[in-house]
Amino acid sequence: MRILVSLIAGGLFGLGLTVSDMVDPARVLAFLDIASGAWDPTLAFVLGGAMLPMAVAWPLAASHGRPLFGGRFPGPASLVLDARLIGGAALFGLGWGLVGLCPGPALAAIPLDGWPVWTFAAAMLAGMLVANSATRARG
Amino acid sequence: MIFDPTDAVMGLLGGLLIGVAAALLLLANGKIAGISGIVARTIRSGSADRAETIAFIAGLIGVPVVYRLAVAPPAIGITDNALAVVAGGLLVGFGTVLGNGCTSGHGVCGLSRLSLRSIVAVCVFMGVAVLSAVFLRPLLPGV
Repeated sequence: MRILVSLIAGGLFGLGLTVSDMVDPARVLAFLDIASGAWDPTLAFVLGGAMLPMAVAWPLAASHGRPLFGGRFPGPASLVLDARLIGGAALFGLGWGLVGLCPGPALAAIPLDGWPVWTFAAAMLAGMLVANSATRARG
Repeated sequence: MIFDPTDAVMGLLGGLLIGVAAALLLLANGKIAGISGIVARTIRSGSADRAETIAFIAGLIGVPVVYRLAVAPPAIGITDNALAVVAGGLLVGFGTVLGNGCTSGHGVCGLSRLSLRSIVAVCVFMGVAVLSAVFLRPLLPGV
């Protein structure tokens, strides 16, 4: 059941990215490039729309105690602000603003275009592997 | 590309679908729908929930395939500058794992629970992405 839920959630997520056109790096860059003269606020509507169901889901989770199909809910959010968080976010922003793809669209757009998208996705996986081993080595 | 009111409606609708997906994963499975975390866990040795993360990724990639076949292939525009593509991918992969989240994990899931770490992370990556798009991207031009 958990695997089926994951498949459905992934599918809904991919549909949302496609319907909202967030799979198009040109549209994402039109949001980020505030100096282009043709600013496109679509991304803000997507982020705002996505936060509405989650703003309901978090309090529901807090009052339920346990997820429907086992396991447990994430603990309270950490309050630690460290160099790893800030540095990681900055590196991510650098790459995101350069191409216009973040991890979700980088995967969802693979079936929609040619070599640049899957090359980006492959490089992203390589970057994750390096970070996985680097963060594991440091504990 | 010219923004019109239809884009706002489709953005809101698509956003709601993404939010419902994240809420479903949280309430049913107790998991945060952060794509970078889901992908990074899938390729990490000793992952405890690999079958679930692979199923999520299959849905994430599978539905756009169906959409393309059933509705229309959305026209997308991406740079063909190989250096930008490879460097961008490496930075996004490395940075999201180091910073524990991306637009979905820190953005959708973190902001909606008012997580301090996520608010700071979103401000940093959004700010740097704007600077990168405005100043760095013109140095590596493509289509």
